[in-house]
Amino acid sequence: MAAIAAPIPTEPDVEAPVRAFAIATVFWGIAGFLAGVVIAAQLAFPLLNLDLEWTTFGRLRPLHTSAVIFAFGGNALIGTSLFIVQRTCRARLFGGEEMGWFLFWGYQFFIVTAAVGYLFGVTQGKEYAEPEWYVDLWLTLVWVVYLVTFGGTILKRKEPHIYVANWFLLAFIITVAMLHIVNNLALPVGDGVGKSYGLASGVQDAMIQWWYGHNAVGFFLTAGFLGMMYYFIPKQAGRPVYSYRLSIVHFWSLIFLYIWAGPHHLHYTALPDWAQTLGMVFSIMLWMPSWGGMINGLMTLSGAWDKLRTDPGLRFSVTAVGFYAMATFEGPVMSIRAVNSLSHYTDWTIGHVHSGALGWNGFIIFGALYWLIPVLWKKRLYSERLVSWHFWVATLGIVLYITAMWVSGIMQGLMWRAYDEHGFLQYAFVETVAAMHPYYVIRMLGGLLYLSGALIMAWNIYRTVTAKEEAAPAALPAALPMAAE
Amino acid sequence: MKRFTHALIEKNLILLGVLTLLTVAIGGLVQIVPLFLVETTIERVQGIRPYTPLELMGRNIYVREGCYLCHSQMVRPFRDEAERYGHYSLAAESMYDHPFQWGSKRTGPDLARVGGRYSDDWHAAHLRSPRDLVPASVMPPYAFLDRPLDAEAIRAHLRAQRGVGVPYSDEMVAEAANDLATQATPEADASGFSRRYPNARQAAFDADPKVVTEMDALVAYLQMLGTLVRFSDVTPDQLRQP
Repeated sequence: MAAIAAPIPTEPDVEAPVRAFAIATVFWGIAGFLAGVVIAAQLAFPLLNLDLEWTTFGRLRPLHTSAVIFAFGGNALIGTSLFIVQRTCRARLFGGEEMGWFLFWGYQFFIVTAAVGYLFGVTQGKEYAEPEWYVDLWLTLVWVVYLVTFGGTILKRKEPHIYVANWFLLAFIITVAMLHIVNNLALPVGDGVGKSYGLASGVQDAMIQWWYGHNAVGFFLTAGFLGMMYYFIPKQAGRPVYSYRLSIVHFWSLIFLYIWAGPHHLHYTALPDWAQTLGMVFSIMLWMPSWGGMINGLMTLSGAWDKLRTDPGLRFSVTAVGFYAMATFEGPVMSIRAVNSLSHYTDWTIGHVHSGALGWNGFIIFGALYWLIPVLWKKRLYSERLVSWHFWVATLGIVLYITAMWVSGIMQGLMWRAYDEHGFLQYAFVETVAAMHPYYVIRMLGGLLYLSGALIMAWNIYRTVTAKEEAAPAALPAALPMAAE
Repeated sequence: MKRFTHALIEKNLILLGVLTLLTVAIGGLVQIVPLFLVETTIERVQGIRPYTPLELMGRNIYVREGCYLCHSQMVRPFRDEAERYGHYSLAAESMYDHPFQWGSKRTGPDLARVGGRYSDDWHAAHLRSPRDLVPASVMPPYAFLDRPLDAEAIRAHLRAQRGVGVPYSDEMVAEAANDLATQATPEADASGFSRRYPNARQAAFDADPKVVTEMDALVAYLQMLGTLVRFSDVTPDQLRQP
């Protein structure tokens, strides 16, 4: 029999759970953007709080932030990391398909229990760390399994070197575990009450929370996504990473410096000055590794810039790096105490976060999906034209969003501190609220455009994966393993 | 001796993982640990006490509704903030706050010193329908807070608070349910309550003394915010931080 005589094939990569993660990324992305549009609309038109306790801004806002960061971003990170680690190690996923499925369903369970809790007012009251202790415990378990799966696959590798994308992904997994555990140390009330009280209080709690909060940005939304950048941009461009040496400097300096930046969220608060100063100094230093990495990503396109014209997926990835450059320049500026005294508590911060989240995180995910979906389903992408539409609609949405927030944020900050000619405060607080209205409408429209772009993508992906014909391997983007150097 | 190259690290998962953990642990250790060890981190002022049971339940409602997402509780040391809100906030004023609620956004005004600025009636009416009192407000309505407060587990709440370091005495825990009812009932005997919680106000916060509601608890909490420290008695030396 021919089958017996044939050489034993190496086991194929585990891809079914990765496909599920990709679909979940699209689903949660749309859910998270929709929640964002709803709460943006509530700030412009407060009637939309609907007079119901479950639909107030206060309960929906954590739903939005968790949906976009942990559901959209998290599914993208876990899914792509499982794909990347198998390809770059030339090893099948440790634990096989079952492990992948446990991760997938375990993570979705975390998202759903957290989200349902928010609607019912179950929260720890700490931004981006809202889930209560039982949800936290479950996530800890899933995360440990994730670390074992990811690390186990690297240990099985046939490549001698661990590829640079995996350094960043490993740092993301380890650091998020550390942050999650320390920031969520809490004592449950018991007696049939789901609530808990955190171990730290006041100023110490504030420091721990923003050490966590800023590094949710630094490691969840940056280090993990840099792992994506280091895999997908070289793949899309068909070129090796620009500089191996720069990758090393980028990696160690970024992870060392980022962790110190938290106190810039607490300028001029009751946090002692020495901690604020450390936070500011390290935030400014952080500009260097951020831009070093940005240059490494962009220069990877040397000799392949023409692909920007022909590959709209690559356009997303490269624009993402552009937004990363912008946001990581703006961040250090805002961490300077004098600037922060104006920007803090205003929409400027919201705009800054969204230039990073919509521009950097969103776009690098879209770029990765447009490359990954055809590879995972072995189908040709349904329409490149629709990718272009998505790109321009989303870009316009971001521009509207961030410019509206710059104007409203700076205006509000200036109005708060404005004095009239008699030496009295010029504006009552509520006047500054009223002045925000037009910008909140523009911001909502920007969000709506961004959501529309994601819907175009969902349609495009739906048509791609349900297409009858499988594409010939030659028609697909290459997905060969890459050398570490 | 063999020259060090980075290849050593990138060929060894355990080494890469351990070095990564060490690298990311340093910043947090340096910034967080001293805050627990340096005593002057918390200013040495008089008057800070644990929340009364009713205030604590009110605070939990404040947390539950995500008020911190639009209201800060941290007045910064600027002239305009001093004039708008009052004395800048001290670390001592949130030392019993699990979790802290300093906030990061002022869609609405800072609330660190809102206590005593408006009447109880104003707060209740404003919470029920913000735009009736402040037409340009974008705050959601909270009329649903006019429902009985579930305080069955109030003793467990105080015990858990004690477990994380808030100095509730055995007596405070034992009397928690009584103290909660007493504070919301103006005619109740408050001698024990006032001894346990100095300067705590007793009132029918939502104008209805018959039922203790969530509205009572939240208004009781809002009305004590920023009122514990008497700044006329504070010396600069007491405020010095490291």
